[in-house]
Amino acid sequence: MADPVQILSQGANGVVIRFATKLSDAANRATIAFAASLLENSPVGMEECSPALASVYVRFDPGKTGYAEIAEDLRKRLEARDFFAANLPPNRTLWRVPTVFGGELAPGLEEAAVEAGLSVDDAVAALTAQSVRVLAIGYAPGQPYLGELPEAFDIPRLPDLIDVPKAAVVLAIRQLVIFANGSPTGWRHIGQTAFPLFQPDAETPITLNPGDEVLLEAVTQDQLEVSQAMPMGGATAEPLG
Amino acid sequence: MSGLVIRRAGPQMTVQDLGRPGFLAVGLSRGGAADRLALFEAAALLGDAPGNAALEMAGAGGTFEATGDLRIALTGAPMPATIEGRPVQWNASHTLAKGETLTIGAATGGVYGYLSVGGGIDTGTIMESRATHLAARIGAPVAAGDALPVGPDPTPSAPGLTLDPDDRFRGGSVRLVPGGQTEMFTAPERARFEATTFTRDLRGNRQGVRLAFEGGPFEAEGGRSVLSEIIVPGDVQMTGDGTPYVLLPECQTTGGYPRIGSVHPNDLARVAQAAPGTALTFNFVTREEALGHFRNEAQIFKSLSPQALVRDPHDIDDLLSYQLVSGATTGEDTGGEDDETTGGQP
Repeated sequence: MADPVQILSQGANGVVIRFATKLSDAANRATIAFAASLLENSPVGMEECSPALASVYVRFDPGKTGYAEIAEDLRKRLEARDFFAANLPPNRTLWRVPTVFGGELAPGLEEAAVEAGLSVDDAVAALTAQSVRVLAIGYAPGQPYLGELPEAFDIPRLPDLIDVPKAAVVLAIRQLVIFANGSPTGWRHIGQTAFPLFQPDAETPITLNPGDEVLLEAVTQDQLEVSQAMPMGGATAEPLG
Repeated sequence: MSGLVIRRAGPQMTVQDLGRPGFLAVGLSRGGAADRLALFEAAALLGDAPGNAALEMAGAGGTFEATGDLRIALTGAPMPATIEGRPVQWNASHTLAKGETLTIGAATGGVYGYLSVGGGIDTGTIMESRATHLAARIGAPVAAGDALPVGPDPTPSAPGLTLDPDDRFRGGSVRLVPGGQTEMFTAPERARFEATTFTRDLRGNRQGVRLAFEGGPFEAEGGRSVLSEIIVPGDVQMTGDGTPYVLLPECQTTGGYPRIGSVHPNDLARVAQAAPGTALTFNFVTREEALGHFRNEAQIFKSLSPQALVRDPHDIDDLLSYQLVSGATTGEDTGGEDDETTGGQP
């Protein structure tokens, strides 16, 4: 079953709690739940805690605790509860996001479909058939790692970096990322949205939270232009039960 | 309200404070000054509490005009500076009277110089900080014509001070703390890393700096299939071609490149301040050694002890009153310190 959880030192004043070295649904749920539990009831000296895909980072103040003490505290918490069995967080949201697949706005779709062994139409159908979960927020502010996609989409990163614009949907290794800002990437640019993920001046600067779901809905380029003028780039939110 | 008008600005000149800690979970790295110590030094020179925003100048300064009576501090990478054409000392605080022009030239060593003002630059806060975060598109570089508001100076008539900066502007040896991915590099690879003299590459910015070196790529076992994990400033990541990058305040918050270790927090300014071509070497210390030597920023700030600035005639009136009150010794010529600050740079 699951590997033992690793507690690792990170820099002079950090700890990484690694639930798995390979992504799995259980390890991701454990990660989200463990981070939430640390925020609710923090170890002495913890200054910050941040969940990634299958690991949690804890930054501590060496003036208030030592590595051995905080690592022991974390180990006891992991022993006391099976975080792999944790449910998804409460108050999740489903976002429906208008997306243009392929064409000049997303020139990497065809190659991605070839890599996945699918026709372009079948690839789009597979990517829009069900929602994908926000596994983690990271890399850039508000930027989601979404997954996991069906096995067919376990396709490698590109050998060279390409530049993609803000709100681009990129794909690699059974995951999607929607870019918060324009950026170089080694992932394939398969879709384009107008979905704002980080609005520093807004009351809620960050749109998505780990555990939320994103359903990409195929639209035409003309429809995306209409969405662009709408709040949240035409994306709509509904609470998940 | 007092302010500072930018008449001319070097490239990538940004407003910076101590950044935004605490937003890693939403993917936002701390940001803030590339050389945090320079902001603490400025606070000590101005008698301000740390945390005020200042102008960070990347390699070159600019021309600035005061729209009210200001006190300024000049810290970080030494740059030649004049007020109304009169040279003024770096690593010191000075008065800049209403209408006076301050001119700051190119760095003579290091990268990031800082222009701080008594009361701090008072631009609006976004997510609890005034720091421009270029990578996250929070704010933008300042440009000629910008007028920056300055907060009320709590001690407008305080005398000029100077201090001896911690010398961090010419590269050198940097302590490296191992982490959870260090052992992906074999012991011989780690030894080679410690034995290699790197030079700070031209490619570098507030997100990180690339390190150039002679020799083969540094290979990690299984390095191409690392699941993305946390990244924090100071981490040394090995990109796909086996070249190390040291990550700086605006780095990404997660990533899948293997990391050989993390620069000791107290040594990170030495990396950020290494100008292109500057030599850097790394030596592993254990976490216990690292924490044994660790000084948090409050301790560092407390340890700074600025001295009266006696060289600047502009400040002499204030200085005399200061010395009468404090009983500080007089007559010490700080010219030697000044030479030491700038003279030893390449």
